[in-house]
Amino acid sequence: MTKEEIIEKGTVVYQKAPLMNDNPMHYCPGCSHGVVHKLIAEVIQEMGMEEKSIGISPVGCGVFIYNYIDIDWQEAAHGRAPALATAIKRLLPDRLVFTYQGDGDCAGIGTNETIHALNRGENIVIIYINNAIYGMTGGQMAPTTLLGQKTVTCPYGREPKLNGFPLKLTEIAAQLEGTSYVSRQSVQSVAAIRKAKKALRHAFDVSMQGKGSCFIEFVSTCSSGWKMIPEKSNKWMEENMFPYYQLGDLKDE
Amino acid sequence: MENEVLLLKGNEAIAHAAIRCGCDGYFGYPITPQSEVLETLALMKPWETTGMVVVQAESEVASVNMLYGGGGCGKKVMTSSSSVGIALMQEGITYMAGADVPCLIVNVQRGGPGLGTIQPGQADYIQATRGGGNGDYNVIVLAPNSVQEMADFVDLGFDLAFKYCTPVMMLADGVIGQMMEKVVLPPQKPRRTNEEIAEQCPWASLGKPKTRGVNVITSLELQPEKMELKNHKLQEKYRKIEENEVRYELTGSENPEVAIVAFGCSSRISQKVVQLAKEEGIEVALLRPITLWPFPYDAVKELSKKVKSILVVENNAGQMVHDVRYAIEGRIPVNQYGRFGGIIPTPMEILEVLKKQL
Repeated sequence: MTKEEIIEKGTVVYQKAPLMNDNPMHYCPGCSHGVVHKLIAEVIQEMGMEEKSIGISPVGCGVFIYNYIDIDWQEAAHGRAPALATAIKRLLPDRLVFTYQGDGDCAGIGTNETIHALNRGENIVIIYINNAIYGMTGGQMAPTTLLGQKTVTCPYGREPKLNGFPLKLTEIAAQLEGTSYVSRQSVQSVAAIRKAKKALRHAFDVSMQGKGSCFIEFVSTCSSGWKMIPEKSNKWMEENMFPYYQLGDLKDE
Repeated sequence: MENEVLLLKGNEAIAHAAIRCGCDGYFGYPITPQSEVLETLALMKPWETTGMVVVQAESEVASVNMLYGGGGCGKKVMTSSSSVGIALMQEGITYMAGADVPCLIVNVQRGGPGLGTIQPGQADYIQATRGGGNGDYNVIVLAPNSVQEMADFVDLGFDLAFKYCTPVMMLADGVIGQMMEKVVLPPQKPRRTNEEIAEQCPWASLGKPKTRGVNVITSLELQPEKMELKNHKLQEKYRKIEENEVRYELTGSENPEVAIVAFGCSSRISQKVVQLAKEEGIEVALLRPITLWPFPYDAVKELSKKVKSILVVENNAGQMVHDVRYAIEGRIPVNQYGRFGGIIPTPMEILEVLKKQL
């Protein structure tokens, strides 16, 4: 039986989001990026915003998100996506404008742009993938790397005296007057994915209602960077990341 | 609004001209000696009239990246800053050059290096004319020498930026920014609608309709063969600009024995030098490059055939003088006179230097 025949019979219970194209993804097995991409594509489609969405991609593994979701994109300099989003949304207020950024991008080099865009209450959504490591450049320490966590630039484990502390950017975002909805989610299980999708939809809705900035962190895995098989990555994330980066809504006004 | 004649500072003229030429957005950060641009826009509230967006960003890095976002949507966007801030903006400028994004950046130069001084300077010539950031690229550089040109070059800058899909820099200086002159402002042009932008800028990321493919604004290409091709296309664009967009002004004596080459505030001072020299019986021609890139090499070369020597006057330690020497290929002597660190030379002191090389 061909794919078309199955679809004709009306027996489809799950399908790839139509906004996702057939380009082969460059992500490693076990990576959270692909799942979050899918959720973005699904939510844009469900909102009917396919023709009115503009995404801003980061520098880092997520840079090529524009190769996978068929909407208009701009590829920002490292950390500057919220600045681009600010201008785009101000100039095109009826568009759905969101950034997609990793922890190095959003919480390291771009902290200033992130905080000020949020604090101005720009009606944008910042999607923040926190996998506690620099994935694309080969597994270096990120601002969010946990204490004791080993990376190639803290091979003996992150140590506060040498490397400072893991940054809770989402907690900072929640304190800013300009943010309307701030949440921390994950995508390692079906239940988590469903919750995450609801949060994403809510954020997109809030930004289109002009209520202020939305910030969603996805606590994520990086199997290659962590040097773990995907299954172990999920377990390590649940046991080590979740206690420090606690899931749930931090602010919903 | 019809033509209007006003007495304005150069920086204020930029703000007025931006609104009148249908600019969609200004993104800036305060820095002396150009803060009047943002201040004037804030006072005039164009968002209530033309709908122009005005944002005070958190830094020059943010404002230039706001330009990248706005320009990527095909909007007429601009910023202004001064030397120290322009240095910070180089990241965004190279990205926009690499991604073929149009925009206008005004540099009201002050003396450097480092924090330098808030007094005028012209020491960003090399940075502006050689690209300024990483990679092989150029930006079109316009050098106004009057308040009128501060206004006129906003519209011209946007025309060139969109004609070639490239960042354009107006390289002004603290003298032109701060001095007041009479200026004729043009009638109000309407801002383009999104539909007009979609038609005129088919590359713009405005949201993807079903009728076209995805528009991605990016400077990234990992395959070296494709990246080399992209570079070739950029270079082809630059050759076209060099062919079509050279602008300069030749004034002074028609039978000169010596010539001055100067831009911006230095060219205004040099106008007086030409006059003082004539009173002493010395015939001097003044060549003022208006586009610093593309540089008027041919005009300088032609001029060098009519004079015995050239004096380059610029408020730096010797930057444009390299382009002048390159143009004339050692045919005649070329000297440079510059004061810097915020000092503006007097016409008398330049005349003395000129006399020594006769």
